[in-house]
Amino acid sequence: MVYFEDDLLPISALQHLLFCERQCALIHLERLWADNLFTAQGNHLHQKAHSGNPDSRRGVRTTRGLDLHSLTLGLAGQADVIEWEPPAGSRKKGQTLAQAIKSAAPADRIHWRVTPVEYKRGQPKKNDCDRVQVCAQAICLEEMLGVTIPTAMLFYGQQRRRVDVPCDDALRERTRTAAQRLHEMIRSRKTPPAVYEKKCDSCSLKSLCLPTATSRTHSAMDYLQRMLQYSEGTLSE
Amino acid sequence: MKTHLNTLFVTTDGAYLCKDGQAVAVRIKKETRLRVPLHNLDGIVCFGRVGVSPQLMGECASQGVSISFLSSTGRFHAAVVGFSPGNVILRRQQYRLADDAVKSALAARCIILGKLANCRTLLLRAARETDEPVRADRLRKIADRLNANQIDVRTATTVERLRGLEGEAAASYFEAFNDLMIDVAGFTYTRRSRRPPLDPLNALLSFVYALLSHDARSACEGAGLDAAVGYLHEDRPGRPGMALDLMEEFRPCLADRLVFSLINRRQVHARDFEKVETGAVRMSDSTRKTVLVAYQERKQEVVTHPFLGEKMTFGQLLHIQARLMSRWIRGDLDAYPPYVWK
Repeated sequence: MVYFEDDLLPISALQHLLFCERQCALIHLERLWADNLFTAQGNHLHQKAHSGNPDSRRGVRTTRGLDLHSLTLGLAGQADVIEWEPPAGSRKKGQTLAQAIKSAAPADRIHWRVTPVEYKRGQPKKNDCDRVQVCAQAICLEEMLGVTIPTAMLFYGQQRRRVDVPCDDALRERTRTAAQRLHEMIRSRKTPPAVYEKKCDSCSLKSLCLPTATSRTHSAMDYLQRMLQYSEGTLSE
Repeated sequence: MKTHLNTLFVTTDGAYLCKDGQAVAVRIKKETRLRVPLHNLDGIVCFGRVGVSPQLMGECASQGVSISFLSSTGRFHAAVVGFSPGNVILRRQQYRLADDAVKSALAARCIILGKLANCRTLLLRAARETDEPVRADRLRKIADRLNANQIDVRTATTVERLRGLEGEAAASYFEAFNDLMIDVAGFTYTRRSRRPPLDPLNALLSFVYALLSHDARSACEGAGLDAAVGYLHEDRPGRPGMALDLMEEFRPCLADRLVFSLINRRQVHARDFEKVETGAVRMSDSTRKTVLVAYQERKQEVVTHPFLGEKMTFGQLLHIQARLMSRWIRGDLDAYPPYVWK
């Protein structure tokens, strides 16, 4: 299936989806947002990663904040950093690395190393959500450039270190499934019900989601009943 | 969630507000008298002749700080609010439910039940606090009547019937007002007059309700609701139906309680109200200031939300109620749970 440009969803929504489907719906369907310390730190880091000019060093060009999309995944977004490394000797005489990259035809790019690097504030997570996000960026680049990207990278702010993310079949499959699920949810216009878990306490949307109040065990009708019994009973004291 | 921040009230005639970096500068006669960082504010309320620069309006809009322009007596003129969160799905659902007689009645019923319970709490508290048995008795009798209304409301199924019952209950509730004021010269309740208020008590009530409605509007906006479309209040152009719906349960516990304690503690005096030629009553600047300070202080008081079981300030309660309303609209809750004051 190929999506239309109008229907592209943010790449970053995949991460929200994998963290919590309800959070994803609140952000991307209901357009709710709230910041907390973590999201503010994350924004700051991304701003830093995005800003700054491209540069070339030892045959590797680094670009920042470029727009990406994939019509097969139905996603669009920005890559914090992309590194470009054409094999030595592929440059024409007198051509800068930047010019070579911009003017290359798809056939020229076959042996290039192109690597998206996604910046994250904390440390590597147990689940796949960061890997899926950067894998989606890799798929975008493959589609836009006709290259093959075997490995993407994640940079974690807390340990200030890069981690390789092999874009193997399993991760690609997981990324495609997540993108599909995301489109289904947005199309359904339904926000999944809340299920309170420990991770809710670190979620900046907690007070918009109200997970303890809206989980199915908590009935507003019962609450009202209790309150009225209390109120109506207060005379007889 | 937007934590409960401060509201900047500007009451000085001729004041001009402008953007100064990430702060609001308040200028009086071209002299900067005050600077308040924007991240400390959730709203700015201007009374009377106050100017605001377009740059400040833009910055406030993008940071989610609402600006309201009120007359010097507190009547709402206009508001500057940013691009609303654009929760189009929530809004459509809000409208759909407003067109659905059964669902509207369910919401209206919850709102009125919350209000009646809170009115009763106010009366019963006053009955406990007074040392005059006759007065206490009268207050309890009226609370009793509200109890009967409450029971009728529980079984009413149409919004029209609910509005009727609410009107009856309000009439009983107002009857208690003279017993809520203890030996204060010049404050008596005769009837509710709003346009304009014709006595000091009505002037106070109107003023505090205007403050409350400003906050209720902001709470609606913050939760992505359309402040204009309510369930209890019929649509009327220019009327913030949803904000008024949300206000109902807070009138007794936030507004009325505040007004009566200001009067009973003699923080405001009837002599501070001026009668103009038409019979309309205006309050003095110093009284207005007293009320604003008391209102802000009241909003800082911490209570436990009986439904959520979480501690929060009175000011946050409004925002939480707007969110609970939107969660009900989106189908996450089986009813709208009003704030019930104990």
